[in-house]
Order: sequence, then structure tokens, then C-alpha cells
Amino acid sequence: MVAHGRQCKIEGSQATARQTAELLRSVISQQRVPYTNQAGALIDAVKAVGEQLIAANPVELAVGNIVRRVLHIIREEDLSLTTAAIGELNLSAVSDDENDDDRDGNTTLSAAAVAAAARSTLRPPSLQTLLEDTPVSAAVPQTSSSGAADKSSRSRKLKHDVIEAVNELIQDIVTCHEQIAEQAVEHIHQNEVILTLGSSRTVSEFLFAAKEKKRSFRVFVAEGAPRYQGHLLAKELVARGLQTTLITDSAVFAMISRVNMVIVGAHAVMANGGVIAPVGMNLVALAAQKHAVPFVVLAGSHKLCPLYPHNPEVLLNELRSPSELLDFGEFSDCMDFGSGSGSPLLHVVNPAFDYVPPKLVSLFITDAGGHNPSYMYRLIADYYSADDLVVQRRAIAGN
Amino acid sequence: MDSRRSSRAVIDPKVRQVGFFTSAPLPPDRTQSDPPDPIRSPPLADASSPGNSLSPVMIPPPRHPSDSLLRLPHSPSDAFPPPSPTTTTTSLGDFSDDVTAASSPPPAAARVRGRGSSVKQQGAASSFPGGGFEVPPSVKAPSSVPASGLTTVSVVKLPPGISVEVQSDRALNSKPLKEKTSKAERRAIQEAQRAAKAAAKAEGIKTPAVTALANAKSAKSTKPSPQRNDSAVVVAASEKKGGDRSVEKDRKKDVPHPRMQYDDKSRVQKLKKRSVVKPTEARNRVELFRHLPQYEHGTQLPVLQSKFFQLDTLHPAVYKVGLQYLSGDICGGNARCIAMLQAFQEAIRDYSTPPAKTLSRDLTAKISSYVSFLIDCRPLSVSMGNAIRFLKSQIAKIPISLSESEAKATLHSDIERFINEKIILADRVIVKHAVTKIRDGDVLLTYGSSSAVEMILQHAHELGKQFRVVIVDSRPKHEGKLLLRRLVRKGLSCTYTHINAISYIMHEVTRVFLGASSVLSNGTVYSRVGTACVAMVAYGFHIPVLVCCEAYKFHERVQLDSICSNELGDPDSISKVPGREDINHLDGWDKSENLQLLNLIYDATPSDYVSLIITDYGMIPPTSVPVIVREYGRGQLWI
Repeated sequence: MVAHGRQCKIEGSQATARQTAELLRSVISQQRVPYTNQAGALIDAVKAVGEQLIAANPVELAVGNIVRRVLHIIREEDLSLTTAAIGELNLSAVSDDENDDDRDGNTTLSAAAVAAAARSTLRPPSLQTLLEDTPVSAAVPQTSSSGAADKSSRSRKLKHDVIEAVNELIQDIVTCHEQIAEQAVEHIHQNEVILTLGSSRTVSEFLFAAKEKKRSFRVFVAEGAPRYQGHLLAKELVARGLQTTLITDSAVFAMISRVNMVIVGAHAVMANGGVIAPVGMNLVALAAQKHAVPFVVLAGSHKLCPLYPHNPEVLLNELRSPSELLDFGEFSDCMDFGSGSGSPLLHVVNPAFDYVPPKLVSLFITDAGGHNPSYMYRLIADYYSADDLVVQRRAIAGN
Repeated sequence: MDSRRSSRAVIDPKVRQVGFFTSAPLPPDRTQSDPPDPIRSPPLADASSPGNSLSPVMIPPPRHPSDSLLRLPHSPSDAFPPPSPTTTTTSLGDFSDDVTAASSPPPAAARVRGRGSSVKQQGAASSFPGGGFEVPPSVKAPSSVPASGLTTVSVVKLPPGISVEVQSDRALNSKPLKEKTSKAERRAIQEAQRAAKAAAKAEGIKTPAVTALANAKSAKSTKPSPQRNDSAVVVAASEKKGGDRSVEKDRKKDVPHPRMQYDDKSRVQKLKKRSVVKPTEARNRVELFRHLPQYEHGTQLPVLQSKFFQLDTLHPAVYKVGLQYLSGDICGGNARCIAMLQAFQEAIRDYSTPPAKTLSRDLTAKISSYVSFLIDCRPLSVSMGNAIRFLKSQIAKIPISLSESEAKATLHSDIERFINEKIILADRVIVKHAVTKIRDGDVLLTYGSSSAVEMILQHAHELGKQFRVVIVDSRPKHEGKLLLRRLVRKGLSCTYTHINAISYIMHEVTRVFLGASSVLSNGTVYSRVGTACVAMVAYGFHIPVLVCCEAYKFHERVQLDSICSNELGDPDSISKVPGREDINHLDGWDKSENLQLLNLIYDATPSDYVSLIITDYGMIPPTSVPVIVREYGRGQLWI
């Protein structure tokens, strides 16, 4: 899988996300769980694999997202188990607290853990989590080490639960298109004119869903050079009987004045509400803003990235081969890098992604409903725990 | 003096409407706010030697290219016969009052020199609307002669000798009037100097001195043209006696005709009957663009080729150009325009008037038929439209007395002059202006391939400026590749990218140079599709956008979007990606009726995105485009 990731063999963030989740599931199931601190062991194992995966292709943010999601799941499961266990403990402590002094000390100890667990299961605002970073993480090993009596059953239960949860995650990733598409009828009305760029499975499912609900509308597809996936999308849309017009990317500004809504897919959604999207998207977003056309981004929850972007145009980008733009044979005389007469006169720039700042986005539609760009940070806090975020980042820096 | 000043204030707004004086470079004292010096000041003399300083914000005088670089057959002053000294005094007294009253602007504007130049081009009545009519009586009081309402500034155009005489007259006769008339005098002197200069260059056909003052007065509304001969002037002058009203009518005629709308069935039928090419309608027409011709591409060429021998009405040169348009061998506004004009030149050379027909009428019809053929091949660009308008007005102006060979020679030289003056020289001037905007270390972005921008870049490179060029290109034409090749050959350092990556590359860019197919009267830049995107992103990054466009491409039409008027290219070129055989999803796209491919050729860039338009008249903001169209369009292009 790491090798695959390194060679960028997996296309599309959804496929990547699903495969990452499946890989981590196998990692978890193969991981031999020690009797103490099972959650910690699982987290370490997942982290180790995750770091490798992320390092293999740092631009594919979905990998990191899924690793963090799995880590979060482990923590959550562990916490809920602990709270359940502590609840039992508390009950037993209440029933026979006069008999056992040893138990007494344990309850007082775990009272704090219960409080912390309660707090983190309630999912406090992320800032608070960040501030109380240390107590929570301290609570995890503490609670997991407590209650030695039912350790063996719990360890099995934890692993089982985690795998269950990861399965759910995989299921979520697989079905995210349907969940997003379900909302289509709420956003597309009769005779609407929609513009999209390139091709995204989420977008095509979204449009199909609206079409199936007997809405008839018109779609402008910008072809999305240099990958020209718009051609593919146009073909699919036409096959479903939608009125489709394929335009060149340069005609986006000319046509946007006749468009009611722009619906696009994304590569990743950052915590500030910014979008990493196929190249050309910023152009569309700017044009849409100029003409006050709503710019709607569809993104499955696996695309939500808990990182805040810094200089994303450069740091979260990937430069593809110039051969997509220029024929090497045609321009070989100009591109003589090898013959070395100083610096070459000709450079070709072919970036893969564009960054759309949050102020250009009108709405995000995820499988959890529609959200404002300003709300994304909060949505992300639902899916990730704050300490993973920090640890993971440090790990990347270490690599 | 005081009373005059107060009355001036009343008139001020009217004078301000006259507004934009596209004339001489600013004399250094222009910015002074004190009232104009009553005595002729030395800088006046400078004003008549325009164009030697290239001030970036000012528009050089309209005559400048023609004055300095082209021969003028006649001096403008020749059109005005010198009035007899006896009548001059009164007439001048009367008009000069009007002039001082009507044209004495607020102090700041008062010093605009060389207004005469715009007057020369435009006719006084048009540049001073109603100036002579509404002068309050108090102003006129000092001169005992009742003011004639029709008298306006252009009467000042007097040959040198007379103006001097007038001055002396005034000095002797009316001491109190002297201050008031000083401006008129100044203008007269300036005119005289200019006229003298022009006369020195002129080939020296001197007008016989006709003494009628009435003649001089009636001539005021004519637009003295360098190339018009004397008889034509007289005819035109008597025709245009209506003064302001005729100009008003002219202006109404200025409103561009509505374009051909291709969703109008009856007109399309009519057009089809006439047309030679007989294109087949495209099958999957884009609903939004029904008003534009959408024909099956690639079908016309063989049909035309087979028809070559049936098209006996068509001149082979025109036919050849039409084919070149059709196949796309000639593209770009300037190239197309030059090719068309040269074809017309040849056609005119081989033309002979059929018996019992007049040359001007028959030739106009001939040209019209050529033009409709060319439209069949490819819709006209604005530049071509303007050139055709010019040519037709030239033909219409040929006096009947002229023999056929002379007329043909005149037209030939007119076309030659148009090409030289409006395209080649204009480009040179644009390059001269634009190079001043390139500094060392700049990263210049250009989109597509504009001939003007290419010249600018090459010239700046030849000047040894250190800069880098970013060429942004787009499908389906990939015109940027050709530009890239040419620039790399010349040794310029280039970066090549496609339009989607514009947001990525814009970070490092410091200036954006764009070409234009046309600049419309509301400041909209009508250009190759994608230009608007580039300008928009540059605007978002706060990078100046400089549009380079020759003034002959300006048009008084207005447009807000890219839909109402555009041109559609071959949709097949979208479905195929050259060099990428893996992208073949849309082979046989025309079988499904739900799919349309839209290949727009142009788009309209809103004027907010444009920082500067560089034309042969200087560097102007987009808001000044209507001024150029108004002040220079009629005066220069189609006299």
C-alpha cells in the first residue's frame, strides 16, 4: 500500500481513503494487543503505519485524514469502554465500598477519569480540548490501566469495537456519495443552469440524483485542462439524459453570467474552510463571486482535513509533467536543460491543484449536511481528536 | 474684467462638457491655478510642436503621427480662404467675444493649448456644442456688433498673414477688447503656426483667396481633411450649413446598426439566398447562441473550392483571402484587416466601371458583395468593419469629376495610408508607450498571442531590459505556443502554462499585457476568450492589467457580456485533444442531441479589470475610450 501510495497509483481521494481505512483495519486486527494499555499500543501501531503512508504522498490529504480518523476512533472506543467499565466499577464500589479499601482508592482515582471521559465524549469545543490537551491524554493510559480484573475481556472488546468502527468508517466513505446526493433535490430546482469543472464522482452522483427526481436542468461542463476529465463527465451526463454543454476553461468567465449555481468537487477541505481543488477552480470561484453565483463545494467527510493551510498553492500542490502541455518533440530545441548553456529559457508550469480561499465558497455540502465555510473547523472537531492532530504533525516534521 | 469673470462662472459647466482636450502635451505651467495670462506667453509656441515629449498620461495630439511621419497632401488651412482685411475686423470682433465667453473655461482648464488640433479634427460645432448660442448678453456688450449665433471657434483658422493683421487691428482699434480677445488671438497664432508647418510639408497646392466671409463662416462646421481636395471642401461646406444640427444628425447616425441576429428566420433566409458559401447548419446548436451563426465547420472549404469558376463576380484576391480566413491561415485582428485591405486594393486596381454607371456607386456595391463573401467565410472583426467603413466613405467621397484612373489611384493610396497609419505606425507608437511600463526585473504575463504585445516584448528585450515572460495559453487554439516559440528564439526567458494554472502563476507576475480584438465604447475589452479570466485573476491579485489596442479597433458599440455578440468556432476542435489520444470520450458526440460543444472565440472583459489601455493616442484609462471614439473616430478614421 505504501508503495502504491508512493507511485500515486490510486486515483481519487475516495479510493485512497477507502484503501487507507482497509489497510489500517488489517493493521489493527493483526496487532497483538498487550494486556496493559491496549489503546496506546493500537494507537502506536496505527501511527507508525500512518506516518509511512502520509510520507509516501503528503499531497494526498485523504490518507492523513483517515489515519487521524482511525486514531480518533480508537480513542473514542477506548474512552467509551472505560466509562462503561468505570460506571460498573462505580456501581460495584457503591454497593460494597466498606469491604474493599483497595477499590476505594481506585474509585477516587477514576472519578477524574470519568469526568475527563465525559467531557471528551461530549466533544467539547476544539479550543478547550486543545487547552486541556494534557489531562485528556494523561487520562487515556490512566483509565486503560485501571480495572485489571476485566482487562482480558476488555482488550478483546476494544479491538473488536475499533474494527467495527473502522468498518463503519469504510462504509461511510463508500456511501458518502449517496448521502451527499440525497441532498441534491434541496439545492437544484427546475430549469437551473449549473456549471462544473473537471470531473468528480460526487458531483456526477449529485447531478444524477437530481435528475432522477425528475428535475430537468442544464449543465455547463468546463473541460478542466490538462486532464480533460470534463469530457468524461459530459459523456456520463449525456448518457443520463441531461442537457450538457461542454465549454473550454477559458470560456468560464464568459458563460458564468448565465449560470445559476456552480457545483464542484474538491480534493480536500481545510480547517479554515479553504478548498484544495483541481487546478482552475480558483478561476471559477472568482468568476462566480464576480457574478454573485453561489459556489457550492461537495465533499465527503473523508476530505475534511484538520490542518490549517499555509501557502497552500505551493506547499500543498504538485507539479505535473510538462508533457501534458507541450509536446517535447516539438519544443525539444527550446528545452535543452541538458546541454547546459546557463539556465534554460523555457519553463513549463503545470500544477495539479488550486487553492480556493474560504471567502469564495458559498456552501459546503458534506454527508453531514450543508455548512458554511466558517463552520468547517467545528465539523472537523467532530471527526478528529486534537492530540492526534498535533502528534501527527510533529511526526511529519520528524520525517 | 471682473464682470467678465463672473459671467464666466455661469458658462463654466457648459465649457466643461466640452471636456476632454486630446491635444498637445501639457505645457509646464498648465497646473497653475491663476487665471490665464492675457498676453501671449512663450509656452504657446511650444504647444504647436507636439509629440516630441512622451508624457505617459497625456494623449499626444491626433495629428502627431500623420504630421511627423506621413505626408499631408493639403494643409488644413487651405480649406479656409483668407478673409479680406476689411471684413475681418468686425467678424473677428464678434466671434472672438463668443470665443472668449464660450470657451474661457475655469482657470485650470483655461490653459489647454492646442485645442485647435481637436477643432481641426472634429469641427468646432461638435467639440463646442452650442457654444455660440447661449452666451449671456452681458458678455457681448463690449462689442458693438451683434453676435451671430452660428459663429464658433473654428473661424480662427486663418492663414498666418491674416492672423497677424488681425492682431494689429485689434491693438489699434479696441484697447479694452484686447484682453478678452487674447485667447482667440493666441489660438489664431497657434493655428497659424501649425498651418504654416503643415503648409511647409504640403505639396503646395495653394487655394485661391476667396474673400467671402460668409464662406468662411459656413466652412466652420466642415471637418477639414488633409486628403480632401478643394472642390470637395466647397461642396461639403455648403452641404453642412446646418451647423450644430447636422452634427447632431451625424451623431444619431453614429448609433451602430443592430447586428444580424441569426435567430431571425426571415433575415437568415434572405441572407442564405445571397450567400455564396451555403454552409450547412450545425446540428447540435447551443440554445443560448441561436442568434449567432452556427454552421457545420469544414464543409465550406471544399464547396468553395469547387465553386471557384462559378464565382466570376468575385475577385480572385478576395477569394483567396476568404479561403485563408476560412481555413484559419490568417487570424488575428491586424493580419486579417491588412489581408482584406490588400485584397481590396488589388480588386480596385483591376476594377473598371461598367458603362452607364458611376464609379462610386458601382464600386461600393462591389465592395459590399466582397464583404458579404468574407462574412460568409468568417464573421468580420471590428477592425475589419472599421476598415470597410473607411474604404466606403473614401469611395463615396470621390468627386464625380475625377477620372477613373485617378480615382483608383486615390483609393489605392488611401488604403495604403490606412494600413500604414492606423496599423503599422499605431503599433510602433504603442510599443513606444508600453516599453516605458516595463522595468528591470519585471515578470510580464501575456495571454494567447497578440501581435502588439509580441512587438512590445521584443522591443523591450532589444532595449536590454531584464524581464521574464509568462505565456498563458488555452485550448483549443494554443496560439501561445507559437508566441512562445518565437520569443524563445529571440532569447527571452519564458514560462509557459495553461489558463487553469493562472492563479498559481499570478503570484510571481508584476504586470499583465493583453491584446484586444476591439475596445468598446463602455470600456469593455473584447478579446480572445480567456482574456477576461486572466484580467480577473490579475485584478484579484492587484496586478496592473495593460491592454494594448490600436485605436482603429475602437468601436462605439457597447457590450456587457460575452453572449450577445460573439463568434463560435469549430466544436470539433474541443472534442479532440491533439497529442492526447487517450481522451476520446467524446468521439461521435454529435449523435447525441443532449450534448453541445461550445467553442467561443471571444469574450468581453469588464472595464473594472483594466488598469490602462495603450493606444496610438497614448495611454488612457478605460473610461476614456468613448472620448477617443468620439474625438478621433469620426475625425480621423472616416473623413
